[in-house]
Amino acid sequence: MAQLDTREKLAILADAAKYDASCASSGTAKRSSRDGKGLGSTDGGMGICHAYAPDGRCISLLKILLTNSCIFDCHYCINRKSSNVRRARFTVDEVVQLTLAFYRRNYIEGLFLSSGIIRSSDYTMEQIVEVARRLREDHQFRGYIHLKTIPDADPELVHQAGLYADRLSINVELPTASGLKRLAPEKSGVRIEGAMGDLKGAIEDGQDARKHYRSAPKFAPAGQSTQMIVGADSANDAEIIGSASRLYDQFRLRRVYYSAFSPIPDASTILPLKRPPLIREHRLYQSDWMMRFYGFAAHEVTAAAGDDGMLPLDMDPKLAWALKFRGVFPVDINRAPKEMLLRVPGLGTKAVAAILSSRRTHALRLGDVARLAVSLKKIRPFIVAADWRPVALADCVFPLLEAKSTAQLELFAA
Amino acid sequence: MRVATIATQDDFDGWRLEARELACAGVPAGEVTWRVGDEFGDLLASAGGAAPAVAGVMPFSVPRPFLDLARAAIRHSDPERFGLLYSMLLRLRAMPLLIQDQTDPLLRRIEAMAKEVRRDIHKMRAFLRFREVGEGEQRGFVAWFEPTHHIVRANAAFFIDRFASMRWSILTPELSLHWDGETLREAPGAQRADAPDGDPLEETWKTYYASIFNPARVKIGAMLKEMPRKYWKNMPETALVSSLIAGAQARESAMVATSRENLGGNVAGSWEALREEAMGCTRCPLYKDATQTVFGEGPLDARLMFVGEQPGDQEDIAGKPFIGPAGQMFDRALAQAGLDRARSYVTNAVKHFKYEQRGKRRIHSKPNAGEIQACRWWYGQERELIRPAVTVALGATAARQMLGKAVTISGARGIAHRLEDGSEGWATIHPSFLLRIHERDEADAEFGRFVEDLKRVKDRLTALA
Repeated sequence: MAQLDTREKLAILADAAKYDASCASSGTAKRSSRDGKGLGSTDGGMGICHAYAPDGRCISLLKILLTNSCIFDCHYCINRKSSNVRRARFTVDEVVQLTLAFYRRNYIEGLFLSSGIIRSSDYTMEQIVEVARRLREDHQFRGYIHLKTIPDADPELVHQAGLYADRLSINVELPTASGLKRLAPEKSGVRIEGAMGDLKGAIEDGQDARKHYRSAPKFAPAGQSTQMIVGADSANDAEIIGSASRLYDQFRLRRVYYSAFSPIPDASTILPLKRPPLIREHRLYQSDWMMRFYGFAAHEVTAAAGDDGMLPLDMDPKLAWALKFRGVFPVDINRAPKEMLLRVPGLGTKAVAAILSSRRTHALRLGDVARLAVSLKKIRPFIVAADWRPVALADCVFPLLEAKSTAQLELFAA
Repeated sequence: MRVATIATQDDFDGWRLEARELACAGVPAGEVTWRVGDEFGDLLASAGGAAPAVAGVMPFSVPRPFLDLARAAIRHSDPERFGLLYSMLLRLRAMPLLIQDQTDPLLRRIEAMAKEVRRDIHKMRAFLRFREVGEGEQRGFVAWFEPTHHIVRANAAFFIDRFASMRWSILTPELSLHWDGETLREAPGAQRADAPDGDPLEETWKTYYASIFNPARVKIGAMLKEMPRKYWKNMPETALVSSLIAGAQARESAMVATSRENLGGNVAGSWEALREEAMGCTRCPLYKDATQTVFGEGPLDARLMFVGEQPGDQEDIAGKPFIGPAGQMFDRALAQAGLDRARSYVTNAVKHFKYEQRGKRRIHSKPNAGEIQACRWWYGQERELIRPAVTVALGATAARQMLGKAVTISGARGIAHRLEDGSEGWATIHPSFLLRIHERDEADAEFGRFVEDLKRVKDRLTALA
């Protein structure tokens, strides 16, 4: 086989990485290279998106695989053993140089490195760790590093990865054990969760040590995350939300990412071949925000789902919840506590903060609310203001539906 | 009329001194004209530090959030900003609580300015692109950027923190920054022609940009919202956007087509795995009371697929489709039409038995729209694997599953339907309908019609071969 140059490898190994949803470079410790040594900084806040691709996704990190060869045969994965995809492999040094060169030109915040598994889990993990080690130690790189962790690798290697990386992630891949069994026969849910549990322990030990000794090394300061593929197995939304919520609680994850299963070249025949369910993915993310920012519990979110356990596609799950639990509304803008205001469809966290602050100075009228929120139309049926009481909710809801319903609802089920 | 002069477009400390003096002198907002001198401040001297107290001016306090707000808003390009901030300052002196009232129109306008400035600051950090110049000891990086507001000074610290070990210059129309590795120097604005044209690495970066994009998920609105076109002209990768969008549809279809063609010879393995997974299905509540999932059966290379409604009492116990009384009726009709059941794939629209318990008997009950929709997941994948040339829906539930919409059998019967995958679908009655007719003559006539339907299907199979 002819030798590929770095650019050809990049085309193959970035293409192979595009199914990973996470590109976040947020929530790590603050660092800079103001001392004139090394390169890079992190702001400790949101991270920066340096470009956006036409798929609407942020490009923040150089997201690549070290190699797309793999000894596993997971059906949803383009890099599985039986796939006909072109293979390539970066050397450790190529990844290091590419990361530094892109970073110096302000194209990226750092590196997101994952890999197919070659030879063995340990060997692969060693290579991944070596890239991070060279960046941090030989080049004093102070930008962001996210490493994908291999569940079966030696815990000692995972521990080293945590000392160099800002964030570690292990993909749970599929929301149900049966889906995992069918589509990733060589992976084990028990091992994946065991590895997540180990990481959680290591991250907490690291935080603990730093409380006692300021000089203790940081271990994955941006925590751990995971990814679930939506639409490749039979799990419904309620099951997915349940799984995600359990993962958040059990392993203190920073994020659970959802990736709508995309038709992939040379896909396995076991998978549904259709357009990725992007609206569904979006609704799942909205349900994720409901839990993370709006104070809903997982069982409340799933209460917004229909009898088939699916969230409605034609409205935001927060609105679906409000329509199901009408008795809670209307909420008095001038009196209701923060947690109730957060449940009003169309009121975001910023608008709620503005309402709380402004109502200290005077009673808010509908016109005031209009100035504080994005869209009054959405909110009006659910609130009481100094000069406003809604009429029956039913009259106001139909204009609120966003997308055309994808399934015809009927009065008399055939 | 009083003229208040401040040094530069973003001179917050100068504005603060002037505003304090004017406020103490009781000058109303309408009587002040604000002017910006065009001298260059030394960045490090003007940054931070408390302003020296001016003789005769009593310092007074304003809420801290206002200072943070004003510090950002002062960088806005709106020439009215100095006056607006001064009006706000006068009102806050009289009524400090006003800072909490975000419904106040003036405060909202200032907040909006501050927000636009913060966004511009963030976008500069994101979209500025350095290009390499010189080699070895002389190596440096130069960027050309066109900010919307007066934010360049505000961003100097960010770029120093990040790129302190490099030599770099940031050129903008109003102001330029030069960092030599130790100190920052300000210089007058520059022109685009003063910046280098390209960088050898840009082709590699574009390769990355094109490869990381997933053509199956085009969302142009989301891209434009975060990366407005005004920034595009100075970003190398945006040159690819239109061709990526244009090619996306074709690439996605190609992706799906390739996967459809490469069946990989593993249909049997896939079907086994699918059946295995369906055994544990909990997509709708019907699994709770049923004995088991009744999956389809038949040869995987079948050209003909029959879709029934759902398993009945006997099927639920045996785990096989069409073996009860309706199944026997079905077999009899197939034999008369000259079709071989053993060569067709037989499955159900809904794969769990739905019933009502009446005494000791389990009475069949019709699946609803949600249950049919939930089971579409399995039905769709069975079709994907079997790829029948002709599909026959037996009854309204099956027709609904096959066509993806509710139809009546009287309306859908006897015509060829084009299905999503391009193959042919036919609808007829469910054999259990024949069991419910008490009139002998009528039952015979309906059975005959059913056989006619099946004969037509047989002819279509031959014609399509």
